[in-house]
Parts: sequence; C-alpha cells; structure tokens
Amino acid sequence: MALSADEVLAGLAELITDETGISADEVALEKSFTDDLDIDSISMMTIVVNAEEKFGVTIPDDEVKNLKTVGDAVTYITSNQA
Amino acid sequence: MSTPTLKTATGPAYTRILSYGAARGENAVTNDELVGPIDSSDEWIRQRTGIVTRKRAVPTTSATDLATAAAREAVERSGIPADRIDLVIAATISNARQTPSMSAVVADRIGANPAAAYDSNAACAGFAYAVAQADALIRAGAAHYAVVVGAEKLSDVVDPTDRSISFLLGDGAGAVVIGPSETPAIGPTVWGSDGSKADTVGMNATLIEFRDGKAPWPTLRQDGPSVFRWAVWEMAKVARKAIEAAGIEPGDLAAFIPHQANMRIIDEFAKQLKLPESVVIARDIETTGNTSAASIPLAAHRLLEEHPELSGGLALQIGFGAGLVFGAQVVVLP
Repeated sequence: MALSADEVLAGLAELITDETGISADEVALEKSFTDDLDIDSISMMTIVVNAEEKFGVTIPDDEVKNLKTVGDAVTYITSNQA
Repeated sequence: MSTPTLKTATGPAYTRILSYGAARGENAVTNDELVGPIDSSDEWIRQRTGIVTRKRAVPTTSATDLATAAAREAVERSGIPADRIDLVIAATISNARQTPSMSAVVADRIGANPAAAYDSNAACAGFAYAVAQADALIRAGAAHYAVVVGAEKLSDVVDPTDRSISFLLGDGAGAVVIGPSETPAIGPTVWGSDGSKADTVGMNATLIEFRDGKAPWPTLRQDGPSVFRWAVWEMAKVARKAIEAAGIEPGDLAAFIPHQANMRIIDEFAKQLKLPESVVIARDIETTGNTSAASIPLAAHRLLEEHPELSGGLALQIGFGAGLVFGAQVVVLP
C-alpha cells in the first residue's frame, strides 16, 4: 500500500539524519537540500539511493537534479510509488 | 601434400605479482593553491574528496618518465633480470604523444628491449585491465615475465576553473612485474563497460576541435554525483562478483585497494561491501590525489610499505572510470 506524504516525509527525514546527522525536526517540506540543510551532492546521492530502496521507487540521475526541496522529493516519491 | 600441424604456445597454470614500483609527481600541491579560480576553500575540497594534497609533476617530467621510474623499481624488486621481461603494457590516458607508445619507450629504458609493448586505454580501470591481459598472456605462453605500469600526468589535462574533477587529479605511475607462479595468485577478472554513459566522465573536447579553434585545450570533466552513484553501488556488485569468482569470502581479504577516485567513494564503497574491520583499506588519495590508471598500484605500493605484514595476503583491487569501464580481481600481494 502506498505511503502517505507524511509517512514519506518521516521516512526521508530518517535517511537524512542517518547520512548527515541533521535532526529529523529540521527536515520540513519547504527546506532546500543545499541552501537550508547544507547537503552536498554526494550525500544527496546517498540519500537518493537509500530512498529508492526504502520506498521502492526509481529516481534517475537526471531527476535528482530537479529535487531542490524536501517537498520536491516527497512529491516525487509519493507519485512514483509502485 | 599434407598440411603439418602447427605448434602452439602454452604457459604456466598460474601467475602472480612479484613486486611493485612507484613514482609520484615531485610537488605536493595543497588545496589552498587551487581554491582561487574555483571560489572554494581547503575545507570544501577536503569534505568532498578527502584530499589534503595531490602530487603533481614539474613541466619537464612526462608520464613516460614517471612510468620508467616505477617500472625500474618494480623490476629491481622482482629480482628478475630486465632482459627476461618480454612484455610491457602501459595503461594510460595522458601520454601527450599519441604514438609511439609509452610502453615501447619504457621497455627500452628499463633494459627490456625487444619486449612486446603496447599501451592500453581503459582510464581508471586501466591497471586492472592490464593485469588481466598480462596474466592471460603469460598463461597462454605468449610472454614469460611482464611489466604492467599505470602512468598518468593528469595535470596536463586539468582546467583550474573546473569544479567537477580537476582539483582531484594528480600525477604518478605504479608498476608491477608479473610472472609464473606455483600456486594461484591472480584471481579471475570481472570486467566490462557501459558506453551508454560515455558522457559521464571524460575529455570535454577533441584535439581536432582545439586545432580548429573551436574549443580550448581539452580537459577532463565529470558529472560527479552520477559517477558517485555508479562507482559505489554498481561497483559494489562487481567487487562481490570478483570475490565470488576467486572462491573466497570478504573475510579472507587482507586488503581492499579500490581506484583512488575520491575518499567519499572509497568510504561508501567499503561500507556497502560490509568488509570486516580486519581488512586494510587503501587511502593513498589523501596525499597523492586521483591518478587514474596509476592509482591502484600506487596505493598498493604504499600499503606494503606501511603494512609489510600484508605480504602474502589477499587484496581485492577494482578500477572504474571513463568509458564507463570497470575491472576487478583478487590478487596475492607479494
């Protein structure tokens, strides 16, 4: 069964915390991965690969460039879940 | 008249690496020396690459000079007279003169003339590819003792304003002598390519475009995040296959010697492989930089200097880079 946007956000926050140590409380929809959360491109790719596994979605390299905010990622994952 | 049956060559059942040699560029270039044109900082480079300094050669030192020095050390350490070396393979992407080959010049300089000699371009997988070839050619009886040298002067193909790869790159050469062995000491090679990703990393222009004034001097570029994903998660699959092909378990390894592309790749790669803590991981990149085809033998040479107890142990080496290409095998360290 597909996860809700809130559930995806919570799961994504866990992955971000695991990779960067950023507190899950700081991970909100409007936050920019680079400008607000200071996540570099290599950490971003690690989070993407872990998100693919966790949520059962495929996120191509070209799509990663479009995921500017946490909300972008949550929207992409929720709309591409099997 | 009947056609006579041809004789064919046969070789020993097994080969091994007998020795290593290494040569690095003369200068240790700090991050602070490179950050100006890329509007960056020492901390930014360290965090993204793990590199503190990279070795770069002076203008009068060529990749062939570095290759010669590394090959000479490897031959001396092997105890094999240079005139018994009958095959020299140079893995390189940065020989400034496309022909004659680097390998023929190196063979002559080290006293191995008239060894068979050719260059091989498999980018950062070049050393693993060349080891596979030397192993196969010796076992087939086409050669008896081989020098394999990975050699690069990448500082000739960097752009000081490039933020994608230039600041990672260094100059150096690493060499091995490979010869017959009583026991198996070079495992099966797992290798391949994916030309559909040819644009992911490589030169940003051709020499023809440069000649015709349509492009500046060609330099290396990469799509860093895409390379990172491929180098860790796809290469982890290749590494597992090489371990399996060798008939061993990860816990049997003494050392892991990946291409020294980026410390972040090395760290995440090791994490994905779930290597036991007993496995020593090569991290020569910190002070040498990324030297493409030279990085694996340079890192192995340093490991054996710092950890002589690794001698006789098993090492997994894996190269991966522009092509895209990859090659991996388990070897016994000399």
